[in-house]
Amino acid sequence: MRAGVAILAIVAFASVPLWLRDPYLMNALITTGIFIIGAMSLNLLLGFTGQLSLGHIAFFGIGAYVSALTSLGFDVGLPFGLRIVHVPWPPIVGFVLAIVVAGLCGYLVGLLSFRVRGAYFVIVTISFAEVVRLVALNWVELTQGPLALTNIPSITVGLPGLGDLTLRTKLQNYYLVLSVAVVTYLLISRLVHSHFGRAMRGLMENETLAVSVGIDVTKTLTLAAVISAGIAGAAGSLYAHYIRIIDPEVFAFINTVTMVIMVITGGKGSLAGPVVGGMIFGLLPVFLRPIMAPEAQWIAYGGVLIVILFVLPRGIVPSLALRFAKPRTRAETVAPVAFSERDAKEHA
Amino acid sequence: MTAPATALSVEKVAVHFGGLVALSDMNFSVGEGEIVSLIGPNGAGKTTAFNVVTGFLDPTRGAVNYRGTALNGLKPHQIADLGLIRTFQRTSVFPNDTVYDNLLVGLHRQGRVGLLEAILGLPRARSSQRRLRERASELVEWVGLERRAYDLAGSLSYGEQRLVGVALALAAEPSMLLLDEPVSGMNASETHTFVQLVRNIRDRGVTILLVEHDMPMVMSVSDRIVVLNYGRIIAEGSPDVIRNDPAVIEAYLGQGAKRA
Amino acid sequence: MSEFLQHLINMLVLGGTYALLGIGLTLIFGIMNVVNFTHGVLYTFGAYIMFIVVHQLGVNFFLALPLAVVAGWLLGAAIELTLLRPLRGSDIDTTMLVMIGAWIAMQSGALWIWGGVAKSVTTPFPEAPLVLGPVSVSWLRLFVLAAAAMLIVVTYLLINKTKLGCAMRATFQDRDTASLMGVNVDLIYTSTFAIGSSLAAAAGALLGPVYVIFPQMGDLAAVKAFAIVILGGLGNITGAVIGGFILALAEELGAGYVSSGYRDAMGFLIIIAVLIFKPTGLFARSERVG
Repeated sequence: MRAGVAILAIVAFASVPLWLRDPYLMNALITTGIFIIGAMSLNLLLGFTGQLSLGHIAFFGIGAYVSALTSLGFDVGLPFGLRIVHVPWPPIVGFVLAIVVAGLCGYLVGLLSFRVRGAYFVIVTISFAEVVRLVALNWVELTQGPLALTNIPSITVGLPGLGDLTLRTKLQNYYLVLSVAVVTYLLISRLVHSHFGRAMRGLMENETLAVSVGIDVTKTLTLAAVISAGIAGAAGSLYAHYIRIIDPEVFAFINTVTMVIMVITGGKGSLAGPVVGGMIFGLLPVFLRPIMAPEAQWIAYGGVLIVILFVLPRGIVPSLALRFAKPRTRAETVAPVAFSERDAKEHA
Repeated sequence: MTAPATALSVEKVAVHFGGLVALSDMNFSVGEGEIVSLIGPNGAGKTTAFNVVTGFLDPTRGAVNYRGTALNGLKPHQIADLGLIRTFQRTSVFPNDTVYDNLLVGLHRQGRVGLLEAILGLPRARSSQRRLRERASELVEWVGLERRAYDLAGSLSYGEQRLVGVALALAAEPSMLLLDEPVSGMNASETHTFVQLVRNIRDRGVTILLVEHDMPMVMSVSDRIVVLNYGRIIAEGSPDVIRNDPAVIEAYLGQGAKRA
Repeated sequence: MSEFLQHLINMLVLGGTYALLGIGLTLIFGIMNVVNFTHGVLYTFGAYIMFIVVHQLGVNFFLALPLAVVAGWLLGAAIELTLLRPLRGSDIDTTMLVMIGAWIAMQSGALWIWGGVAKSVTTPFPEAPLVLGPVSVSWLRLFVLAAAAMLIVVTYLLINKTKLGCAMRATFQDRDTASLMGVNVDLIYTSTFAIGSSLAAAAGALLGPVYVIFPQMGDLAAVKAFAIVILGGLGNITGAVIGGFILALAEELGAGYVSSGYRDAMGFLIIIAVLIFKPTGLFARSERVG
């Protein structure tokens, strides 16, 4: 049943460009899709491993900058008179490097931050993101600072025998983002249902118990952070090559909050939650724009987050799933009778 | 008659919390395949001793060895990898998962496949998953909780949660099992069933150390008993010896004597 | 050398207000175990109150300060009563996220009402600074330092010499025992949050006229407050005061001798460094508030 719903959803999403002609809405869908990928990666840490990583936008932004700089080339001076000159490489390489570098940052943050837990972990992750933003703002030679990196090339994919295709149109980018989103979903789904996913869940549910059956906290959490960061980096790269302008504001805390609201509202710890939450908070601003100023919208979004946490803390998708789940038959307490029966048989 | 090989040895262990001496000069050992119980009045240091022996607390002095490997300084998951698995008195389950899923987590040490294999769904990963699911089903039956297998562990009664906790520990394939007040909160018939379970586990070759308050249970299940008071061992021996030991009787001020 | 002295003077002024920020947060974080993401908003709120009271209501500058403190106290109490009290007992993640929601909503509210253009507050002090030998300091900044010092002393007295303060310290050590001893924990929590918020508002009210006032000014203030709390140890007022001065010193020296763009990064770097190397803070005496 679940697989059927998923296939239906994919087909539905794939068919959108066939009937949607409004370029403005298409654009909104594409950026929403990119943010959904980011939200899914955040969900891996927040919902499936129980780590409130509020610096997540750092991985997204690092991915964006790495990908952009790889495909634009750069020329920077380093201490001790060193100079690094990089010639532009194809954007697709930037995409791969974005994942790798973001994943590496995830590894570092994981190692450093998991020494500190709970509230302090949250604070460290926020600090990390802000430091990255300040670096992007101030290392003007590399990043152009507030003047932004512009004219970032679109992604070019090479099809064997058919030549290269540069993905410039909205239609092409839509399908690119959709493909990456679907792959991400499958990847996370497989991960969550694997042996590793159970380790993550064990740590989230009862860490002391999990540790006593041999689950390695640091290894599990760090691995989750690496994968999560890598996916966010991929999303950032897609963003850079679609919007084609990146400035340090990509690291703004409000963008992390956006992803957090998407995940919490949709349902953390569920696979479809970030998708549902993402669709809502990605598209709502588009529809509300004529009637509400962005600041007023954000007052509402803050309010929505609070209300959801009070009223529907599980989020939309898990709450719906609970509502429509098959009612359980009340189980009788079994142990004393059944066990002695078997016991009697064994010793007979 | 040869004595059993030593599984766990506790040597000169002392635990100081600042100025407070929780344990002083503790020495005892548990032989392979033995069932040993650690008892003592409240405040005697049983919990502290248990936490030292299970690696959740580093002793201020002394050493704990399991089959020759020193436990000092090892992280809890490394101790689990040695085959030393413990249960917990409170929060002994993963409350928001079903009993069945609880056991799947417990089977962590059994199911290791490469991450990439798992993600790609390669045959080795899939057959490993299948084996784990079979094993989980076996364990659920073994503790008699088949009918509750798909209920959330948090919804079970206290006694049932203990059984899940033990099944969890068994899932980790221990060579030595450390039970933390396993029958506290159980009624008489549940306790009786549990004693049978413990004997079955030992018959499968698992060494057992348990901490308990329930004297009749301890007397009926143990091969040997170690008695603590004020952070020191005051007596050690078979249940008959302990039952009649004046120091033990005095420590319990007649409670043990009446109930044992 | 005179440059160094100038930095020192600046550091004292800044450190005093940072100390207020830090004390407020360490009380809240320490006693209530709440990661208060609205602390920065209260800072912003205090600054805007100064603006409204002085410019739109025409009230005397010196009266405006106590008004800002009281306003911060009221807003803090309101937040605690509506958002935190109903969530008492929930996990820390939920509370954190609710605080973030409140932060976003309130900051966006400020943006909506007053717009993003920075505002400044005219002060009654003379333009020309006071010159003491090689260093000069504006009268406004002197006033800020004096006011901050006074508020720090008042807070000390409150925590250590009053019955309320005693109850707060008891609740910090062991909430359940305190309530068994007759302490009204609900009241303590509301008071703590209100007091902490009023200190943040005071810091904003003092620094707003020194710099400019804009809706996002609280974001950096919030991070600095966390840095100070982490430096000084949770619930440790003395630690927060010292931490405030240390942060101010780091910022002044960093801005003066490294690069002014990274000035604000100091707070973040301190956080990361301390949490990696000495997670309990430099002055951790985790058993005591005060």
